[in-house]
Amino acid sequence: MIKITYREAVRAGLREALKSDPRVFLMGEDVGRYGGAYACSRGLLEEFGPERIRDTPLSESTFVGAGIGAALGGMRPIVEVMTVNFSLLALDQIVNNAATIRHMSGGQFSIPLVVRMATGAGRQVAAQHSHSLEGWYAHIPGIKVLSPATVADAKGMLLAALSEPDPVFLFEHAFLYPMEGEMDEHAGPVDISKAAVRRPGQDVTLITFGGSLWKTLEASERLALTGIEAEVIDLRVLRPLDTATILASVRKTHRAVIVDEAWRTGSFAAEVSAQLMEGAFYDLDGPVARVCGAEVPIPYAKHLEDAALPSVEGIMRTVRALCWQS
Amino acid sequence: MSAGTLVAWLKKPGDSVKRGDIIAEVETDKAAIEVEIFTSGVIEKLLVQPGEKVPVGTVLAIIREEGKAVEPGRLRISPSAKQLAAELGVDPASVRGTGPDGAISRADIEAVARRARDKGLETIGEEPVRPLAPSPAPLAPAAETAAKRQARMRQAIAAAMARSKREIPHYYLSTTIDMGRAMAWLSEKNRKRPIQSRLLYGVLLIKAVAVALREVPELNAVWKGNQAVQSQAIHVGVAISLRQGGLVAPALHDTDRQSLDQLMTNFLDLVKRARAGSLRSSELSDPTITVTSLGEQGVETVFGVIYPPQVALVGFGKMMDRPWVAEGKIVPRPIMTATLSADHRVSDGHRGGLFLAAVDRLLQDPSQL
Repeated sequence: MIKITYREAVRAGLREALKSDPRVFLMGEDVGRYGGAYACSRGLLEEFGPERIRDTPLSESTFVGAGIGAALGGMRPIVEVMTVNFSLLALDQIVNNAATIRHMSGGQFSIPLVVRMATGAGRQVAAQHSHSLEGWYAHIPGIKVLSPATVADAKGMLLAALSEPDPVFLFEHAFLYPMEGEMDEHAGPVDISKAAVRRPGQDVTLITFGGSLWKTLEASERLALTGIEAEVIDLRVLRPLDTATILASVRKTHRAVIVDEAWRTGSFAAEVSAQLMEGAFYDLDGPVARVCGAEVPIPYAKHLEDAALPSVEGIMRTVRALCWQS
Repeated sequence: MSAGTLVAWLKKPGDSVKRGDIIAEVETDKAAIEVEIFTSGVIEKLLVQPGEKVPVGTVLAIIREEGKAVEPGRLRISPSAKQLAAELGVDPASVRGTGPDGAISRADIEAVARRARDKGLETIGEEPVRPLAPSPAPLAPAAETAAKRQARMRQAIAAAMARSKREIPHYYLSTTIDMGRAMAWLSEKNRKRPIQSRLLYGVLLIKAVAVALREVPELNAVWKGNQAVQSQAIHVGVAISLRQGGLVAPALHDTDRQSLDQLMTNFLDLVKRARAGSLRSSELSDPTITVTSLGEQGVETVFGVIYPPQVALVGFGKMMDRPWVAEGKIVPRPIMTATLSADHRVSDGHRGGLFLAAVDRLLQDPSQL
């Protein structure tokens, strides 16, 4: 086992992919000379050259479209969109082309495209740079949506995504890049079909993903000291959602809280809640609860931003109310 | 203004109201004012009649939040509890729910079924219930022994606490501690750690108590016969509440000599085993002092009852941001109350005060712990 930051794990995944498959190349804003806005690709330009580490103009629609074209042409492009906030400029390429071409061509063409982007709030970058829109992407049939929360997933999901025949979107929570974790030095691709139980428990199921996993785990450790043993599920894959794992857990605990940094209305948490209603209604001993971001443009001021995002205390409060512990 | 007279209601029971609506007029010493409503819902009941003069803060009316209307005669029961009731042969209508607005949960159904089984009867209270299902499955014998174990524990706690208050002349001291430095140090230490190996501030408190006891050893003692016997080793007992109610306070052996990491690991292990019921008897009999923290329950100050034969107990309350004066300026700081309950036969307030001061001092320089 080695200690490694999330950022280094992403870089290790990129390097391994570039080394093992000549069809793989990395493309995006500032990924080359600057080394990536989050330093994930630092050193790769020197190692692999400008043909395979390509700086692009500031035009998300263009370079995501170019990625789709390259994938159609037999390459295995990894497109880095700096953040989910800027990915909105490429929505047409993503929704109308990447997600539909297999269907529109009657299965003749596939788009083995991998798109990575940073997501999430919590770093005081204000309302235009703090979105959590994974849930929007998970709405779209035809693509896979992954949310790696651990270092092993940061590397392994990227490698696994490259073997997929259809577009895969990876959402890396920007708060996680400096986080350190342990993984096997030679860790390779990981499963990208299942959710993971990160902490077993029998009193309540906490369902979360991405950056919120760590807040949820901390809340569950503190709740354990007050007598509530929470099971924590890291969804990992938002589309297609692994409902079997969450239903099995809720059938055991009879209570569920979903933690999602995105805005509450129409959130991915709402989708999970609906799945629980459809699949585990008769197992529920209380209403499904959600801890979500406040419905405001995410504020710049630190205390306001903190107040707008799910917090350890907020998660604990919600769990306690659900378990009727006052 | 301390009281007002309700002049008129502008709404009647059954009316829908929304945030910002004016629902009543009240006359005060100075003027008539309108009462604005800050929540939306349906007026359920008016509690004050026009002409009545009531103190400020009196509840004037009850509003039911929208979507919370309870259909008369409809049982509030969780889907899972309903199914369990059918499996166990319990009539839900005979069960008193303990949840919000009397909602019935699985636990309520289980409790009724257990009582029925304990009695061996087919009735509960006045309400007849169907005989328990003939299949032996639903309530395992383990549940019954758990109930018995529970009752035994309550009796043991009752005996110890009654003896404590009967025999031990308690005195209580409390101090507020600025946890700013400790929390900053802790968050720096935890920053790079994976969640599983992070330190909780609780272990800082436990360690600070243990180290402070070296300076005031008379608090680290047991009462034997007619005198206090100081303990050579410092074994802090940590109060752990159990899921089914009740508590235990097993020892972290040689607390003052363990590193914070060791304490964290051992503490989590202790909590886990306490809840699983697999504590060793030495852990239950060895503590030389008890530490209890009710901060997570929102308690500000703990006035604990000493667990005999120990002669002291330290309680910690909730940490919260409070205005604090440092160098002539008011600054927000995470503040926590530490309380000492001590046996006046053994120690005096002066020594107790020194102990709390030592705990405070140690928490100002956590790197030394």
